[in-house]
Amino acid sequence: MSQEHFDALIEADERIEPDDWMPDDYRNTLVRQIAQHAHSEIIGMQPEGEWITRAPSLRRKAILTAKVQDEAGHGLYLYGAAESLGTPRAELLDRLHAKTQKYSSIFNYPTPEWADVGAIGWLVDGAAIMNQVPLCRCSYGPYGRAMVRICKEESFHQRQGYQIMLSLSQGTPEQHAMAQRALDRWWWPSIMMFGPPDADSPNTGRSMAWGIKRFTNDELRQNFVDATVPQAELLGLTPPDDALVWNAERGHYDFGEPDWDEFARMVRGEGEIPDLRIGVRRAAHDDGDWVRAAAAAYADKQAARSAA
Amino acid sequence: MSTVFPQWEVFVRARRGLDHQHAGSVHAPDGETALRAARDLFTRRQEGVSLWVVPSTEIVASDPADVDALFGPAADKAYRFPTNYDLPPDVDHM
Amino acid sequence: MAADLFTHVLRQGDRALVLSHRLAQWITHAPTLEEDVALANISLDLLGQARHLFTYAGELEGEGHDEDHFAYWRDASEFRNPLLVEQPNGDFAVTIARQVFHDQAAVLYWESMSDSGDTTIAALAVRARNETAFHLQHSAGWLIRLGDGTDESRRRAQAAVDAMWPFTSELLGADDEGALRADGLIGESIESTWQVAVADILLEAGLERPTSIEQRTGGLHGAHSEHLEPLLHEMQGLARAHPGATW
Repeated sequence: MSQEHFDALIEADERIEPDDWMPDDYRNTLVRQIAQHAHSEIIGMQPEGEWITRAPSLRRKAILTAKVQDEAGHGLYLYGAAESLGTPRAELLDRLHAKTQKYSSIFNYPTPEWADVGAIGWLVDGAAIMNQVPLCRCSYGPYGRAMVRICKEESFHQRQGYQIMLSLSQGTPEQHAMAQRALDRWWWPSIMMFGPPDADSPNTGRSMAWGIKRFTNDELRQNFVDATVPQAELLGLTPPDDALVWNAERGHYDFGEPDWDEFARMVRGEGEIPDLRIGVRRAAHDDGDWVRAAAAAYADKQAARSAA
Repeated sequence: MSTVFPQWEVFVRARRGLDHQHAGSVHAPDGETALRAARDLFTRRQEGVSLWVVPSTEIVASDPADVDALFGPAADKAYRFPTNYDLPPDVDHM
Repeated sequence: MAADLFTHVLRQGDRALVLSHRLAQWITHAPTLEEDVALANISLDLLGQARHLFTYAGELEGEGHDEDHFAYWRDASEFRNPLLVEQPNGDFAVTIARQVFHDQAAVLYWESMSDSGDTTIAALAVRARNETAFHLQHSAGWLIRLGDGTDESRRRAQAAVDAMWPFTSELLGADDEGALRADGLIGESIESTWQVAVADILLEAGLERPTSIEQRTGGLHGAHSEHLEPLLHEMQGLARAHPGATW
């Protein structure tokens, strides 16, 4: 197996499987991307998870629990895909806890109100799905398969979020105002979830050549805006962008320039929330040490007993 | 010292009459715990009626480098397929 | 005063809801990611049971109250859950000990209710029994691993069993439901079966069964520990800030 064989597989749009020879850069890019994706799923449980115990109806509580549970599951699917490239989950978690690997900075925004749960489902999950659907065809087999499972399960996440926004926007004036505040908070961060503009995204070309990425950041961003603006109109809510206007000539919405300086600050992990998020993760892991040690000790004893 | 659980491959039978199919993996200290984790992870939406878990280290896999030696020779054995046999139209449904 | 079926159903609904809330508090804090999923799953099952029970309680009461009324618009003194389920999560061992005692009682309770003369509860019992049977596998499996794991886990597990034991008698039935039993609406007492089953689990875990610890009761009659009030404050705060709103 060789570069030549690998190139031929990529050229033929075939999948690369775990035991195949692959260039180190391809492997490292994938480990980094899949791990970041997995970390995002499990860190993303926190801002929404905080609302499970406070959800305003039992129906919403059940839906949110199922959603946050899915996110843990999706993290596990993705860690599994990353592990198939030779890096154990424990090591990836260590890197997350040591902050040497990132998670999506979208989860470093606060969720002070219930409507944020709706906005996250509608906008953040909506943007995530747009990013993820093409990944189902990722050239790396285990990643693509994990994404197929994830996309299938996530289709309810965006719908439940939009439904929350719908109930709020059609509810009392206080609820409607709460929904608008959430849209104001999450609009730009969602737009920036597609990453920097293509011109400033040096790795896009290579990732597309390798079949890891299928669309550019700006293509996906435009798709997202085009899909989302009519949804906001239906809610009777207004995205916080004065430059937002339908461009009949292009057949797309024109929209304003996000605050890329803020994006850079978020990616660098500025502010107090990153420490909070990692702190929760690390504490869960450290507090669980004795539990995992107990289970391992029991398994060893059982193995010894059955061998005796 | 942090404990690391072994990895288990999970196979799910979607419904009676079908084979178990590989679904993914979990980490667990033992088979019983692995089964419970697999149940929670891979059958939350009625995806299965039966589960297998197998220690990942117990899988013996063919080497991709052997792909031609292992699977290439099957390529020119057309006589294994029914389409290889031309028969008169009257009996061609055979 | 003898409890009526409405009170009985409310007691079960409150038990399921409060324990569901406690387990939901574990999500993102569990010892493994697999366990985050497991605890969320059990929490969700219990929440589902609570919703069915509250809906039925509303029918029995006949005042047009829905499931959310019972969850969000009653104060602590109106809740009828056993004290055990409102006890704080503590470490993982406390949560597991609490869960074993609860799950074993729940399995036996739902088994006994599948013959209830009340067809609504009997139908619910079939599903709930399956759910709780899996919960018990999970909790008993963990208690055995903690009890028979390391020195530290054994110490913690024993401390947890001792700490939760005083809240167990209330799980095994109320003192004012004799008439319901006589009418065939609720099943036979589960107490002796529970004692034997729990003793078996503790034995396999290598843990001591507490004997002479005084039992604490009162939850079934609305006399709660100091822990329920803050729990309800967290659960009800948002809903109560918007009376009449739909979500």
